[in-house]
Amino acid sequence: MHTFGYRANALLTFAITALAFICAIASFSDKFSNQNPSAEIQILNINRFKKQSHGNDEVSLTLDISADLQSLFTWNTKQVFVFVAAEYETPKNFLNQVSLWDAIIPAKEDAKFRIQVSNKYRFIDQGQNLRGKEFNLTLHWHVMPKTGKMFADKIVMPGYSLPDAYR
Amino acid sequence: MDWQGQKLAEQLMQILLLIAAVMAFVVGYATASFRTMMLIYAGGVVLTTLITIPNWPCFNRHPLKWLDPSEAEKYPKPEVVAVSSKKKSSKK
Repeated sequence: MHTFGYRANALLTFAITALAFICAIASFSDKFSNQNPSAEIQILNINRFKKQSHGNDEVSLTLDISADLQSLFTWNTKQVFVFVAAEYETPKNFLNQVSLWDAIIPAKEDAKFRIQVSNKYRFIDQGQNLRGKEFNLTLHWHVMPKTGKMFADKIVMPGYSLPDAYR
Repeated sequence: MDWQGQKLAEQLMQILLLIAAVMAFVVGYATASFRTMMLIYAGGVVLTTLITIPNWPCFNRHPLKWLDPSEAEKYPKPEVVAVSSKKKSSKK
């Protein structure tokens, strides 16, 4: 510790180690938060339901999505990424998940919302299995912290179905 | 800095940084503001740097007592023995 460089090095190393420590504790403190998110999705309209020229089914829907994800935000949350996926089963695949809409929620105030929107991404099947198909609409979210591990969870809403014939 | 000063500077550095970290976390958690935690900690690091890194006089209060040159001449340095002669005698 007899030169500036020696002392500066020791100080910097110790400072960064202590910083890592308090970030780890901050990330750990997230476990003590009470989380009860809720969501509801309604299909307002099926705009189009047809077979594409290469043979795959395509649907266009208008969704009414309302959710309250405010309890997911802690002091250590940077943003929450939320998306809606349609899940269904076909003879070819055990589970198909098609993402219909997503958004980034940057702050707690924006986490309680209700929007009516048509699907942001196209709902295209691998095949022609969608006539009369029953599917779940699942709201997934990824909570991205300022420090620490990202975690993801979802709410599954079953009971939606498509019409039996093309429109 | 002298030896006592170096020890003091090192201890001060560790204690000050620990206090800054604890205070930063407690205040940040209480105000639920990550930014506050980072700002307080950064302030603590800067403060610690100003206190422990420069050569303040308080770290030089026990200067080393170097031997007086006139004393040193009374006790000449020992002569270095040649290494090769030693090796020959041990091989016997």
